[in-house]
Amino acid sequence: MLEVKVHNLNLKNPVMTASGTFGYGEEFSDFVDLSRLGGIVVKGTTGERRQGNPYPRMAETPSGMLNAVGLQNVGVDAFCSDVYHRIKHLDTNIIVNVSGSSIDEYCMVAEKIDNLDAIPAIELNISCPNVKKGGMGFGVDPAMASQVVSEVRKVYHKTLIVKLTPNVTSIVDIAHAVEEAGADSVSLINTMLGMAIDVEKRRPYLSTITGGLSGPAVKPVAVRMVWQVAHAVQIPVIGLGGIASASDALEFLMAGAKAVQVGTANFIDPAITVKIVDGLEGYCRRHGISDINEIIGII
Amino acid sequence: MKEIHDFTIVDRQQCGEHYFILVLQHADSMKAVAPGQFVEVLVPGSREVMLRRPISIHDADVEAGRLKLLIQIVGNGTRRLSEMRVGEKLNVVYPLGNGFSTDIPADSKVLMVGGGAGTAPLLHLAKVLAQRGIRPTVLLGGRTKDLIPVSDVFTPYAQLLITTDDGSLGHKGMVVSHPEFERPYDIIYTCGPTPMMKAVARSAAERNIRCEVSLENIMACGIGACLCCVTDTDLGHKCVCKEGPVFDIANMKKWYEK
Repeated sequence: MLEVKVHNLNLKNPVMTASGTFGYGEEFSDFVDLSRLGGIVVKGTTGERRQGNPYPRMAETPSGMLNAVGLQNVGVDAFCSDVYHRIKHLDTNIIVNVSGSSIDEYCMVAEKIDNLDAIPAIELNISCPNVKKGGMGFGVDPAMASQVVSEVRKVYHKTLIVKLTPNVTSIVDIAHAVEEAGADSVSLINTMLGMAIDVEKRRPYLSTITGGLSGPAVKPVAVRMVWQVAHAVQIPVIGLGGIASASDALEFLMAGAKAVQVGTANFIDPAITVKIVDGLEGYCRRHGISDINEIIGII
Repeated sequence: MKEIHDFTIVDRQQCGEHYFILVLQHADSMKAVAPGQFVEVLVPGSREVMLRRPISIHDADVEAGRLKLLIQIVGNGTRRLSEMRVGEKLNVVYPLGNGFSTDIPADSKVLMVGGGAGTAPLLHLAKVLAQRGIRPTVLLGGRTKDLIPVSDVFTPYAQLLITTDDGSLGHKGMVVSHPEFERPYDIIYTCGPTPMMKAVARSAAERNIRCEVSLENIMACGIGACLCCVTDTDLGHKCVCKEGPVFDIANMKKWYEK
């Protein structure tokens, strides 16, 4: 009833987790039967180990939060030699979010992940707003986005998802560019660049001044962008941005997303992902829908 | 093993102007909790407060299924929690983080230094150590006596000492200036404002005394997934929620010397 296909990935249901909000899945195993998820997108992985930005890295804002973690991660080699062996047995699609600050770094990480049998896809992060060099830089310019995707395409042979930033004038232009460069799917939206100031202390809440806004506050923007992109490209779209309920997930599906990712909501209810799966099932039953694909892209 | 559970508030006590205690009852069988561990509480009915609030465990009776939370009113989230009444439910993720080391020799000379809301986890710790025949010295400090939320609750388990910056209660001065602080303890546990804990840690390090600090950073997930609450350590950034909140100062030079 809930099975969907994103390029070559067969998902039990459209519910995945968003990178950077679900660790390596293990952190949630007390709360969630991980095998019930459509997929898990693990923490952004870079060529070298990264310490990320200084504390404070997070500020709560109305119906959302700003973060400036800055891609803290163990690096691709430790991922392959250590983390991978802890999670490879999980009965779900494990997708590695690949980040970098140069085309060479993206390619190097992608090539190493390509060798891991239990990883059927990568999500190329050309949209992180929290690292000075690269990251979002690649995602705001169609030519650069196209260049990084076509280089990674040469070395990566499985499903290549490209994660797009909303911090652009036309997300459709970027989506077209990465589709032409060989992306198999796009996921959107990454966080929106934002800022908050502590007026008592007269300084920004974040050590980096600006950070990425996520949570319910960004959802209407995300739904709009998913709808625009889904109508513009042929490749499957994965929708994310503020999803906290089955009804939120359904908005993205109806707007044209083949699958969705749940992010910030995991922090508020660590069991939210399976509740959304249950909620989608209940919706289908209530509305006499035998295949969830029937409602994908109906708007 | 962690769980999400709807506890019922069965008692509420005000501790002066700034602090209050919620006593929570588990509906079934409560998970074991260790001194120094914390919970993440969902704040109901507040549009401004979306994320859970991390609160340290003040006391726990696992067999009776009871948790006590000592909470300081600092912002919208804790203010809303302070308005909750007996009978209401509180959605809690627990037990989180690593607690204090309690596997110390029974003849250990123990000092606990608490400041403000940081006094909270020390009661559970004192009780657990008391079961092992250890009677610690508890040194509580605050700028004024209003900022010492609880004190008498320690007397069955510990020798109690108090300092206030203004001398309104106990010894006048900061905790590290108390004459008893200088004694040669085997281990010092501390929880409270960061400058206080750093002063305690520096002194312990100078005197080669084993010391554990319980940190409090701004958190989102509470389980090591979002990497928002990191602290500097000699081994790089560590999550306060998962790798702490209690850290041995042996690897915290970068933190306490800053």
